[in-house]
Amino acid sequence: MTAPDPFPRLVPLGLDGLLVSFADRLQDRANRAALAFRAAVEAEGIDGVTETASSLVSAFVAFDPGRTDRDALDRKLHEMIDAHDWYAADLPGGRRCFTIPACFEGDHAPQLDDAAEQAGLSREEAIAELCAHPLRAMALGFAPGQAYFGELPEHWNIDRQTGLTPKAEMGAVVVAVRQMIVFATSSPTGWRQVAMTRFHGFRPDAGDDAIALAPGDEVQLRAVDADTFAGLTPPEGGATVEAIA
Amino acid sequence: MTEVTILRAGPGVTVQDMGRPGFIAQGLSRGGAADRLAVLEAAALLGQPPAAGLELPPVALSLSVDGPTRIALTGSAMRAAIDDQPIAWNASHRIAAGQKLNLSPLGGGYGYVTFGGGIDTPLAMGARSAHLAAGLGRALQEGDTLPLGEDQGTQTDLVIDPVDRGTDRPLRLLPSAHTALFSQADRDRFDGTTFTRDARANRQGIRLTHDGAPFATEGQLSLISEIARPGDIQMTGEGQPYILGPECQTTGGYPRIGAIVPQDLPRAMQAPPGATFRFRFVDRDEALRDWLSDDARLTDLKRHVRPLTRDPRDIRNLAAYQLISGVTTGEAP
Repeated sequence: MTAPDPFPRLVPLGLDGLLVSFADRLQDRANRAALAFRAAVEAEGIDGVTETASSLVSAFVAFDPGRTDRDALDRKLHEMIDAHDWYAADLPGGRRCFTIPACFEGDHAPQLDDAAEQAGLSREEAIAELCAHPLRAMALGFAPGQAYFGELPEHWNIDRQTGLTPKAEMGAVVVAVRQMIVFATSSPTGWRQVAMTRFHGFRPDAGDDAIALAPGDEVQLRAVDADTFAGLTPPEGGATVEAIA
Repeated sequence: MTEVTILRAGPGVTVQDMGRPGFIAQGLSRGGAADRLAVLEAAALLGQPPAAGLELPPVALSLSVDGPTRIALTGSAMRAAIDDQPIAWNASHRIAAGQKLNLSPLGGGYGYVTFGGGIDTPLAMGARSAHLAAGLGRALQEGDTLPLGEDQGTQTDLVIDPVDRGTDRPLRLLPSAHTALFSQADRDRFDGTTFTRDARANRQGIRLTHDGAPFATEGQLSLISEIARPGDIQMTGEGQPYILGPECQTTGGYPRIGAIVPQDLPRAMQAPPGATFRFRFVDRDEALRDWLSDDARLTDLKRHVRPLTRDPRDIRNLAAYQLISGVTTGEAP
């Protein structure tokens, strides 16, 4: 087996897909590069490209094999890779920041104390840090509309639980490995639930607006007390949205 | 407007079409029919664009219509009758108002019922197909009604020579996200291994079993999650391969040794439990040799449509078939 190319590199994905990979482990700069490169491919409007996406560290390009010369597409993508320092590229425009009310009290935050302890923080410090800054949707996956937000400071590099929480409800805020998720589904999880929202990232009855978030969007939590929280209704759950300049 | 009424449905009968491309970035896989060829074959039979129809895992279904309706039956063959009259598979037929279409499974695999004009439920994110893993739509139940679009065609009693779905030929593989992380020895061994389709399978994926050592990569427990697509073959933690289906997750952290070429995926999805598979890594030219776009495939399939003959030999076969497979009228609800 030959040694893999250095990053960024092209990785074929079956007959009709390619990854432009910027790292093989989670890095903020590689995520920024993936978001920026995907936006550039979209803007370029390459003939035969049928879909683009980004994962944590890669841009994904799907193409129609009947209309695409694979060698020419490879050359085009290599030219684009070489034209910029993608790791230093600006994030694409058109992104939004969602401010989402979250309750960190009682049954809404069953593992907050545990998570705070793992992060070496008091409960109050943990809440403050989780609400302090907008976090970027580095990628969406696992369930439609479910974003992986990051990165939290290094001391939030806490492991998953050894056992599974049987069910985190839609809207639950969970943390692990420097990332935060607002659950867009109800599912068992190995991550620790630290808060609850009424924000539903997937709204199957909302037609073309079924998925609220896109990669690159940001979320900032705003702590609310249990009484305020009781007055919030899904799917918006009191969230406000601003365009990111 | 003609309406279909579901009189009885086994678990897992859903509306399916060609799926929803374009939402991978937002975490929604394409979905759509497990056997996309069957949707195209139905379109060829009915002389219409690919349309939303009913996908049946191997379960029974009875339905009626409230007006004259053309239907096409494609995919994995099932026992089919209009009222008590057995009808041919891979063929188009006419049902009158009040008649019942009764279907029951013969083996594994997915059968498809497609209607002239197609199912005309509202579009959701550009398609009508249920995506159960995502929570879009649901399985059909007794009493459900489905509107049909206006039928622009008139022809029935046509039969199509289906594309071969046998698994005796190896399923062709191209490299996927993590192919390079597997040793050449393991890739060669994968090529030479016979796998068995496990009973654990659904529209998200099909588990395979095999004799011999598991397939694993170095450091696979710390792989970063990467884009996954239908047809990818991923290795779970214990090293058992899993063929990803139309409702797979859009990203995954398990290593993927290869991707089944799109035109071979219907064969994989249609294999019944216990069927055996082999895989063969091929180059891009070999993968493109018989690849056709959906449009080109439909054009090609139309050339394989011919009148359903009703000579005595066929009728005798139908009668024998009914004796072997049980009492068709017993399937009525």
